[in-house]
Amino acid sequence: MADRIDLSLKINGADHSVSVHPFARLLDVLREELRLTGTKEGCGEGECGACSVLLNGRVVNSCLVPAVQAQGAEVVTVEGLAEGENLSSLQAAFLVHNGAQCGFCTPGMLVSATDLIHRCPNPSDDEIRDGLAGNLCRCTGYAKILDAVHTAAEREAAR
Amino acid sequence: MIGASSIRKEGRAKVLGTAIYTDDKFMSGALHGLTVRSEVPRGILRAIHFGEGIPWEEFTLVTAADIPGTNLVASVVDDQPFLVGIGEEITHSQQAVLLLAHADRHLAEKARRAVRLEIEELPAVLDIQSSLDLQPLIYGTSNLLKEIRIAKGDPDPIWAQAAHVIEGEYRTGAQEQMYIEPNAMLSVVEPKDGLLQVTVWGSLQCPYYVHGALKQLFGLPEKQVRVVAMEMGGAFGGKEDYPSVNGGHAALLAWKSGKPVRLIYDREEDLACTTKRHPSRTRLRTAFDADGNLLALEADFILDGGAYATLSPVVLSRGAVHAAGVYRCPHVRIHARAVATNTPPPGAFRGFGAPQSLFAMERHMDRCARKLGLDAVELRRKNFLRMGDTMATGQVIREDLDLAGLMDRALASIGYRDKRAAFALINEDDSPIKRGVGFSVFMHGCGFTGNGESHVASVAGVEGLADGTVAVLAASTEMGQGKNTVFAQIVAEALQLHVELVDTAPVDTDHVPNSGPTVASRSTMMVGRILEDAAIGFKQALVQQGFLAEPYTPESFQAAVAKAVATLGTLRCYGQYHRPPNIQWDDVTYQGDAYPTYSWACYAAEVAVDLDTFEVKVADFVAVQEVGRVVNPTLAAGQIEGGVAQGIGWGLWEEVTMQRGRMINNQMTNYIIPTSVDLPRIQVIFLENAHAGGPGGAKGIGELPMDGPAPAVVNALENALGALRLDEVPMTPDRLLERCEEVSHG
Repeated sequence: MADRIDLSLKINGADHSVSVHPFARLLDVLREELRLTGTKEGCGEGECGACSVLLNGRVVNSCLVPAVQAQGAEVVTVEGLAEGENLSSLQAAFLVHNGAQCGFCTPGMLVSATDLIHRCPNPSDDEIRDGLAGNLCRCTGYAKILDAVHTAAEREAAR
Repeated sequence: MIGASSIRKEGRAKVLGTAIYTDDKFMSGALHGLTVRSEVPRGILRAIHFGEGIPWEEFTLVTAADIPGTNLVASVVDDQPFLVGIGEEITHSQQAVLLLAHADRHLAEKARRAVRLEIEELPAVLDIQSSLDLQPLIYGTSNLLKEIRIAKGDPDPIWAQAAHVIEGEYRTGAQEQMYIEPNAMLSVVEPKDGLLQVTVWGSLQCPYYVHGALKQLFGLPEKQVRVVAMEMGGAFGGKEDYPSVNGGHAALLAWKSGKPVRLIYDREEDLACTTKRHPSRTRLRTAFDADGNLLALEADFILDGGAYATLSPVVLSRGAVHAAGVYRCPHVRIHARAVATNTPPPGAFRGFGAPQSLFAMERHMDRCARKLGLDAVELRRKNFLRMGDTMATGQVIREDLDLAGLMDRALASIGYRDKRAAFALINEDDSPIKRGVGFSVFMHGCGFTGNGESHVASVAGVEGLADGTVAVLAASTEMGQGKNTVFAQIVAEALQLHVELVDTAPVDTDHVPNSGPTVASRSTMMVGRILEDAAIGFKQALVQQGFLAEPYTPESFQAAVAKAVATLGTLRCYGQYHRPPNIQWDDVTYQGDAYPTYSWACYAAEVAVDLDTFEVKVADFVAVQEVGRVVNPTLAAGQIEGGVAQGIGWGLWEEVTMQRGRMINNQMTNYIIPTSVDLPRIQVIFLENAHAGGPGGAKGIGELPMDGPAPAVVNALENALGALRLDEVPMTPDRLLERCEEVSHG
């Protein structure tokens, strides 16, 4: 078995080539190789969703994706959501509604919610609950997150 | 300022993903640390065997024999070793024996698995009753970690005279804090100016607890130890006492290796070995007269304290003081014990003993109402504490307390009367779905119990910065509760500034004073009050020194601070806690003012039970509370909603399953916390009643919402299903099925 494997992928619009441990996970590539530490590890078994990223446009738990499977892929992380200094509608709404308390689930929650609004532009409470059921939050009881997603969806619809 | 929903100070960094948590801090050349633990609950460590196929010479290894200072974790009682040495006693299944570190994370894990511990097993105590029975004796001379007695009047003559005497036994299970960020530490130990300097960066609630633990571990003076609180991904008490252990472990590896060491627990290790909520057993006996007036109350309150004392003495203390609930009672006897078992020690968890004893009391009141043939609402109304009444410790209620008003508001908001009537009809249908509504009334003492605040004598301050803004100097940490924002609002209010002009200094023991631990619903009320004093002192100093003239605008204040800093250099002003003269407490007799004040609440829940699956859905929830003046309504509502979610989880789903003293469901897959689909929207209502002792009238809020949901939900279950033995949480589907079968089988 090779000590390291070479990997090319596009992250938040930029091309990257990295050499990684054969058993590395996509999460390790992001956090350790590229120091994109916004994506968090909460459980390492695909339960908490803190490591959620978009992989070729779909939400995945990056702790469950072997890095080799991300060869040539396009990845979006929390660091790719804002446009320069401008927060995305969801980021701004999370800030205003206190959707982020400790903030550790927030990056994954924002990535999943971004995907949710893209798929379902005017979600009901229950649609948001279903859409975010794979992202655990221990601080908020989820109410302020629902509020933030509604606000962001309304703002996106008005654009 | 106070009363405004100011935006979370560190919120922007959190939504951008740029907030730096411990595992995000890069340090060149860092090693990965791991812990080798016992897998048996009790025994004598005879040898450590290092397996073949591992380049052990590349590893940093630390055993008890390496420890430079005292091998005891500084806590309430110094009884817990950092590492158990050869020939010493292992007292629980997660006991740390060996620390190892290597640059290669994968190799380090392989090495951990290659270590074999030779342990001579001894018989273990794994539950409360075996501990009480001394089967066998495992701790001290009695297996008791702490015993407390609280007495008011004399219940003994009452039992025979009373019209009704009602007894009950209630149990609560362990609960995991389940902060989403697992415990994490990073340490560097290196010489500086010829002296050893120990530094720990970590996910920790109480920097000065860890600071004290490191001083004792290394035998170093204050100045040679530094602790820095990083951004923290949740804590809920789970990072109150434990960080003294893993912070010490990280520092030992850093000291031995001479390199930076990261000690980041994975979820399975975190769940298996770190602290949980104490399991409890409460026996209550109450006497009522023919009209339902409470005449006497006796409580036997027991916590399973695990293998070491950790915080059990103080958790027990809070639980004992809350055991009589919110009721007026002339004769009270409370006997509280924390017992030792050979299980990983429980510790702090939001509520700190009060959720356990209040679950018992609030379930008991509903059961008493049923036995007395009285309405649960009216039984409580008749017996509520009011201004001038005396609590079990002799504390006199000096505030204008209106528990009936809180209760009526909660019941009206959830539609209690109409729902009770409607469900009584609907539940007669053949449908497997049965509905019910229930409630609980409770309080939570603000700040430390008894003389805790006097012992800590917290210090906090403000500092003027070169740009004219003001920094808050306090060791209180941000764990998501909003401390950064609330402190800024309190200081801004005192100085009449925009909240944007005040921010928090990094929480670094080299830079901030000891404002006490970030626990006990004390930060806003106790530390906030000290900050208010410090801010006013700061302003007066500016005026006296001629930098500032009153009245001033925020702009002229900022200019004055900038000028003063340019002229004088460092510009700091501190305040310190002083016990108000009307607060008296006796640690020996447990008599006096247990808390400077209490927050009060009534929570109401509506449930739907599916009798095919025994699943319970919480359909509606109302949380009405009086927490003094609310400093930041949005953040405060977030505290309540999150606490209610945790309380519902504890009441229904969150079960720690133990086997041979070891948690066996130590994964997020099989320890179930509420997801977004499991909870209703929680109606949060604040009834404000400014408290003279708090900053801007504020009281404590953080723990209160943990106390009420479990009894409210279980009381609602009784309303849905009738009189079952609903005496325990979590009331999981398995347990509920068992209770229903007890009735159907007679």
